[in-house]
Amino acid sequence: MAKKLGLIVNPIAGMGGRVGLKGTDGEETLKKALMLGAKKEAPDKAKKALKYIRENIDEIEILTYPSDMGQNECIELGLNHKVIGEIHYEMTTYKDTEEAAKRMMENDVDLILFAGGDGTARNICSIIGDKIPVIGIPAGVKIHSAVFATNPLNAGRIVEEFFKNPNMELRESEVMDIDEDEFRKGRVAAKLYGYMKVPYQRAYVQSLKSGGIYSDEISLEGIADYVIENMEKDCFYLIGAGTTTRKILERLKLPYTLLGVDIVKDKKLVLNDANEKDILRIVDSNKFKIIVSPIGGQGYIFGRGNQQLSPAVIKACGKDNVIVISTPGKIASLKSKPLLVDTGDDEADEMLKGYYRVIVGYDEIYVYKCS
Amino acid sequence: MGKIKLRNFHQARWDEPIIFELSTPGQRGILLPEIDDEIVDRVGDAEEIIPKKVKRNKKPQLPELSQPQVLRHFLRLSQETLGQDINIDIGLGTCTMKYSPKIHEQFVRNPKFSELHPLQDEETTQGILEIMYKTAELLKEISGMDAFVFQAGGGAQAVFSNASILKAYHTDRGEGDKRTEIITTAFSHPVNAAAPHTKGFKVITLMPDEETGYPSIEALKSVVSDRTAGLFITNPEDTGIFNVHIKEMVDIVHEAGGLCIGDIADANGLFGIVRAKEMGYDMCHYNLHKAFSSPHGSMGPCCGAQGVKKFLEKYLPVPVVAFDGEKYYLDYDRPHSIGKVRMFYGVVAAVLRAYSWIVSLGADGLKEVSELSILNNNYLMKRLLTEVRGISAPYSKERFRMEQVRYSWEKLKEETGVGTEDVERRCMDYGLQEFYQSHPPYLVPEPFTPEPNETFSKDEIDEYAEIMKKVSQEAYENPELVKTAPHNGPISLIPQPPITDPEDLIVTWRVYKKKKGID
Amino acid sequence: MDENKKIVYPYMPNSVESIKKEMMDALGIKNMEELYSYIPEELRMKGKLNLPKPLLSEIELKEHVEGILSKNISCNEYLSFLGAGCYRHYVPAVCDEINSRSEFLTAYCGGTYTDHGKCQAIFEFTSLMGELVDMDVVALATYDGSQAASTSLRMTNRITNRNKLLVPKTMNPEILAHIRNYCDFMTITQVDYDPKTGQMDLEDLRRKISDDVAAVFIENPSYLGFIEENGREIGEIAHEHGALFVVYADPSSLGILEAPANYGADITCGDIQCLGMHMGYGSGLSGYIASKNEPQFIMNFPNHFYSLYENEKGEFGFSRSLNQRTSYGSREKAVEYLGTNTGLWAITAAVYLSLMGPQGMYDLGKNIISKAKYAVEVLSSIKGVKVLFEDSTNFKEFILNFDETNKSVEEINKELLRKGIFGGKDLSREFKELGNSALYCVTELTKKEDIDRLAKELSDILS
Repeated sequence: MAKKLGLIVNPIAGMGGRVGLKGTDGEETLKKALMLGAKKEAPDKAKKALKYIRENIDEIEILTYPSDMGQNECIELGLNHKVIGEIHYEMTTYKDTEEAAKRMMENDVDLILFAGGDGTARNICSIIGDKIPVIGIPAGVKIHSAVFATNPLNAGRIVEEFFKNPNMELRESEVMDIDEDEFRKGRVAAKLYGYMKVPYQRAYVQSLKSGGIYSDEISLEGIADYVIENMEKDCFYLIGAGTTTRKILERLKLPYTLLGVDIVKDKKLVLNDANEKDILRIVDSNKFKIIVSPIGGQGYIFGRGNQQLSPAVIKACGKDNVIVISTPGKIASLKSKPLLVDTGDDEADEMLKGYYRVIVGYDEIYVYKCS
Repeated sequence: MGKIKLRNFHQARWDEPIIFELSTPGQRGILLPEIDDEIVDRVGDAEEIIPKKVKRNKKPQLPELSQPQVLRHFLRLSQETLGQDINIDIGLGTCTMKYSPKIHEQFVRNPKFSELHPLQDEETTQGILEIMYKTAELLKEISGMDAFVFQAGGGAQAVFSNASILKAYHTDRGEGDKRTEIITTAFSHPVNAAAPHTKGFKVITLMPDEETGYPSIEALKSVVSDRTAGLFITNPEDTGIFNVHIKEMVDIVHEAGGLCIGDIADANGLFGIVRAKEMGYDMCHYNLHKAFSSPHGSMGPCCGAQGVKKFLEKYLPVPVVAFDGEKYYLDYDRPHSIGKVRMFYGVVAAVLRAYSWIVSLGADGLKEVSELSILNNNYLMKRLLTEVRGISAPYSKERFRMEQVRYSWEKLKEETGVGTEDVERRCMDYGLQEFYQSHPPYLVPEPFTPEPNETFSKDEIDEYAEIMKKVSQEAYENPELVKTAPHNGPISLIPQPPITDPEDLIVTWRVYKKKKGID
Repeated sequence: MDENKKIVYPYMPNSVESIKKEMMDALGIKNMEELYSYIPEELRMKGKLNLPKPLLSEIELKEHVEGILSKNISCNEYLSFLGAGCYRHYVPAVCDEINSRSEFLTAYCGGTYTDHGKCQAIFEFTSLMGELVDMDVVALATYDGSQAASTSLRMTNRITNRNKLLVPKTMNPEILAHIRNYCDFMTITQVDYDPKTGQMDLEDLRRKISDDVAAVFIENPSYLGFIEENGREIGEIAHEHGALFVVYADPSSLGILEAPANYGADITCGDIQCLGMHMGYGSGLSGYIASKNEPQFIMNFPNHFYSLYENEKGEFGFSRSLNQRTSYGSREKAVEYLGTNTGLWAITAAVYLSLMGPQGMYDLGKNIISKAKYAVEVLSSIKGVKVLFEDSTNFKEFILNFDETNKSVEEINKELLRKGIFGGKDLSREFKELGNSALYCVTELTKKEDIDRLAKELSDILS
């Protein structure tokens, strides 16, 4: 039976970029973009990926949404497809994206290919979470999330491999977005919104020649076990957001907050999803350490998705009590670029700079720079 | 010289069965003499000598073949193997695939060597002991170290032996329990992490600086402490980049009370230019099967020559070849020795070859080896980076490299979907051995590490560059052609996920038969 | 160097000045030093290496090296009774033919396509060894028998998570020294032997074993030559305490002696030098490790595995597999370390076993065990010479004790040497309790006349 590909194009994604607007979230901004003469770019980008799919995958069933949200692109390329929903307005909104994602899920698609930016990723994530694998065609102004291929053609290639290679690894990847109002004012305040499953192309590993390489999953367990074994008595551990840090709580069999800060002491849970106030109250004058993991591909350890770990918390903690953990794959994806901090507080940022003993496996340490 | 014509290579393709499939009951490959009648008369039938409790119940299920069949089978397999002798083996960088002079093979196959038992009276082995002793003397001069032994059966075993000495040294000083950490760098050979770890050390890996490709002094400073046992470092690193701060790094570790262990397996760019001594190393090792020309033998046997400073000499594995002014002898009387890392004295055949190689070249010849390997490498780099689309060489862009370069096909992959593995397989259709991608960790994406050592001609290097150019062009014009390569190999392309589950492993014919339900 | 006399080196095609210049021009440099002038002055070699004047011609080199080698006297010239870990067996001509092939001799780490033939030959090595030791999992050969033993024992530590080892008091001291260094975090206890037979003292084993022992290790045949007959009992005692049973077995004996797996071994290991390798002053050594086909064994091998796979056309291919275990797949996370070891000897052993077949291995074993018995009988009848452990059966080695003569082994060996004979290995320092003893060895290359000659010379020396 042919595999099912869900296709969602957010036609307005990226329109703000060319005309100097940072993103197109919100109707006002969109109107402004249109007034400035912005053109739809996402459909063209989607077509590049679809063209590759047409030429390289024989048996595939495409489920998509009307008009510019996928139908038109398929018609233009002569691709067989099935339209599974409807849109009511000429100008689509995030609600249409969410609705489309919902329909895709109901129709049991194997993979969702979407064209858009961080906003689109976020909308899809809010519906499907990690239930269906996705791959994004980068077409928006903001591309901070790790769910996008590097270009439309490669998105097509990933779809091809996904359908041809049943063993393709899936990785949970960050969905990030920034507050656009703040962004337009010149301040980056990225937030981690969740994780989606993305087919992982083994760009950094050999296959046939070398046999297997330790998967990230094994590294994750090793990291978590090592951190747990070295936990000090009577010390509070503030465990930041992310899938790497989540593993620690999983191995401790404690409930966790994927996108928040959890506090652990003597291997017992103190508080889930703590905010800055909670943290300051709990740690007070006690000994505490922070455990964080860099955002994949970007390298931020503070200031993206960890806002609860505020400058005040960081200053009370001190650099020596910051434990950085990461899978080796995530470190490799930084291509030797340093880890980054952006707490919004120069003094805290300065304090955090320097070298870290990053834990990358059980008793495996990489010494890595942060600046 | 003149225009390079690319080859339309086709590898031998014999579809050769597994040897068990060729078996015919009753055939014999070789016979032994009958047991002397007088022996049988005296001791009786051998069947009766074998103790009943451990007598083999069922003969081993080995195949039965005549002699010409065995010969033909293995000759066919040899033809389906691309040895250094028959291809432009520039690709396998970090391995220094250099020409192994054929005259050396005559030496090691001379019965005056091949039929020596290691426990013969030293009176009868003065020749080979002289060669071992003199090779150590030559390596002492080449490296500036104070003593050498050849017991390690390869570079990795030499690193392990050095790690054993490191542990003995700190233990003797009462710091064995305290100094438990070793430091290495990401582009040092992985065995610099694995061997000390096998010896019980905790490993800290310094990651490369974004610009230079080797770690900064600050990175090192951030981790040295009174727990530091030593620094295990490869310089030039795997990227072919020479770490110009090596002496400062060594000094920092020394000040902290640690020792420095240099991995000079890739010595080909260093002869007569930089020595272990000036870099400040306390211990080092050479691979005699790399820079010193001993053939690689389908993964050995080979030799890791282990060199140390005077103050560590007493820890070397036993025995050490010594000379009393009149005769050479094996010195076992070394109470501080770490013991053994291999039985007897190592792969002495590799020492014999290395000796022959060094004395045939002398000081000028050795320097020529290094200068030419550096020249060849930078010449190839210039051609690849300026003429081949989709290739790059991360780090230290403004400097010449030493004997090799770690390139990246990342751009090619981005733009065409053709990755380094595809290129590697396609190269075979032009008559090349595959290339070495990278040791772990894979910091350079889509990596590729060729090493055009001094035994390749300019024409051959040009041919190599032309092949890369051609394959890159094919990737842009017809990626499928590259992705489905090799087209002229000994077997078809068999897309296969790597085996990562032990349940899927088939390393013996008997397991294959069981899985298939055959007999 | 004299500028007018530039040497063109035969191994270095680009040592021709005009080519060098062409390449330097391409790089925009005027002299070679510019290539590495960024290396700090303090690190650079001042002046040139102080090495002997080179022997540039092949004629001079050959004369020189062969001149030194001619000082050696080999076992082809003298009659040798040396063994103790390195053996003079017959090397079939086809073995030498195959391992001198350029393709195998100069190949290295190429994989599935470029070195298909090499990969198949290695797969055949592991398959043939699998039959010989009757086990399903065999890795590519390691450095030598002592490394094979040490790695096997560390595997037992990883599998059982225990730290104690029990080894026989009769074991090869070189291998024991290797284990002591390689497994230095483990506690090694030696188990006593029956002074009459050399066999492991089962009562002592029972006394020393406990539930924190990782492995019981034996050699079979023992280093001291006798065949250990209580393998099954030893294995059972080990297993009763949750320990693994590791047997170091001489492959040349396995045509007639039971494969250790069939008396309970979990891991079998040893050295394959006897399977087609010349001694080469010890260069021919190469280790093997085989185990049960269970994941916890497989994943604890540090060595390369060449796994077979098959496509729909029925073609076989081979790929290095489960690399995550090895230091080629990961760094310090690898189980032990891995480097280049003895691939060519693995291929040679495959050729040897293919030539020998089941009947050849059987004949070999019979030939050797008969000669050992003959030698024991003939030599023990010499006045003052005793054979130790006479109640046991010897495979190819046996101990001659000279306590009742007035000569030391060293003196006897010196006198034998004068008569063109290499006497057995002197045990008097390694095994003080065995007195003035030497370990003698016979193989299929030892003739009846050789043994008779040794007997005569010994009688003369000792009379």
